[in-house]
Amino acid sequence: MSRAARLRLLAFGALGVAALLVWAYTGLPHFGQPHHPYGDRAVHAALARRTANVVSAVNFDQRAFDTMGEESILFGAVLGTVVLLRQTRDEREAPPRPALVRPAVRRYALRLLPVTLVAGLYIVAHGQLSPGGGFQGGVVVATGLHLLYIAVDYRALEKIRPRGPYELADAVGEGAYLVVGLAGFVAAGSFLANALPYGTFNSIASGGSVPLLNAAVGMEVASAVVVLLACFLDQAVEIARRPAGPGAGRRRPAPGDNGK
Amino acid sequence: MADTVIVVALLLVAAAATAAVLVRDPARQALVLSMLGLCLAVVFLVLQAPDVALSQLAVGSALTPLLLLLSVRKVRHGVRRAPRERAGARGETGKTGGTGRPGGTGDDPGGAP
Repeated sequence: MSRAARLRLLAFGALGVAALLVWAYTGLPHFGQPHHPYGDRAVHAALARRTANVVSAVNFDQRAFDTMGEESILFGAVLGTVVLLRQTRDEREAPPRPALVRPAVRRYALRLLPVTLVAGLYIVAHGQLSPGGGFQGGVVVATGLHLLYIAVDYRALEKIRPRGPYELADAVGEGAYLVVGLAGFVAAGSFLANALPYGTFNSIASGGSVPLLNAAVGMEVASAVVVLLACFLDQAVEIARRPAGPGAGRRRPAPGDNGK
Repeated sequence: MADTVIVVALLLVAAAATAAVLVRDPARQALVLSMLGLCLAVVFLVLQAPDVALSQLAVGSALTPLLLLLSVRKVRHGVRRAPRERAGARGETGKTGGTGRPGGTGDDPGGAP
C-alpha cells in the first residue's frame, strides 16, 4: 500500500472515531450536574455498612470480586516479570560498586525515607476512612523504600530488601484475599460476602471485611512493586553479559551487525 | 471559579502530554512523563477524585518513570560498550564504565535506536 493510501486510511479511521466520540458525548449527562443515580446508591450502601470512604466500600465490598481480578492481574504480571528477567546462563552477576552520592541528595533522601514510609503505611491503614487504600499506600511504601538507593547505593538497598521474603509476602497477600473471600462464603453463603460485624462508623475497625481485604491488597501491592523494581534494578545494576570466551556458548556477532 | 481551575489543570495536562511526545530522548521522556503524572493527579484532585489522584501520583509520577529509566539504563549499557571499534563516538564514561572486556559481545536485540 502506498504512503498516500495509508494516510487516507488513517484519516478515514481518525475521522470516524472522532465522529463517534462527538456523537457519544452529546448523549452524556451534563458536566457537574446534581443527578447521580449510581453514586447515590453506592453512598447509601457504603454508609449502611459503616464505611466512611465510599470508594473503598465500592472496591472491597460492593465490587470486591473485581478487585480480586485486578489484584491477580498485578500478581500475574509480576510473576511474568520475575520469569522473564531472571539471570540466564550467558549472564553473570557483577557486584555493584559503592557509589558516590552528593551530601545534599543523601540528606534529602534519608530524611524523606521515614516520612514516606509512614505516609504509605498511614494510607494503607486508613483505606476504609480517608482517600487511599491498599493499592495507593502499597505503591508509596514500595517506592519510598527505594529512597535508600538514591541516598546510599544499591548494596545498602539489597541489605534491607532481600527478595525472598517479599516474594513470599506477595503470594501471602494474594492468598489472604482469597481466604477472606472463602470465609465470607462459609459464614454468609456467598463468596466475598461482608460477614464481619460492621463496627463503629469512622473508626479504624469499621466496614466489616473492608479493612482486611484492604490490608491484603496493601501487602500484595507493596511486595509486588518491590519485587518488580528488584527485577529491573538487578538487570540495570548487577547483571551483565558474560564475557565471550570458551565457556560462553554464544555466537559472537560480526562487528558490523551490532551497532545498527 | 472551580471551572477555571479545571480548565487550567486540563491545559497543563495537554501541554505536558504534548511535551512527552515531542521529547525524543527516552531518559528525558521519563521525567516529562513524571510531570504529566503530576498534572493528571491535579486534574483528578480538582475533579474531586482524591483516591484516583493518589494512584496516579504513586504509579504515574514515581513508579512508571523509574521503571523506564532503569530499562533505558540497561539498554544503553549494552549499546555503549559494544561498538568499541567505532572510535568512541559517544565518549561517555558514566557509572557503567567498561571493565576492559574484548569488544563486541553483542547487545540487547531491541537496542536503543
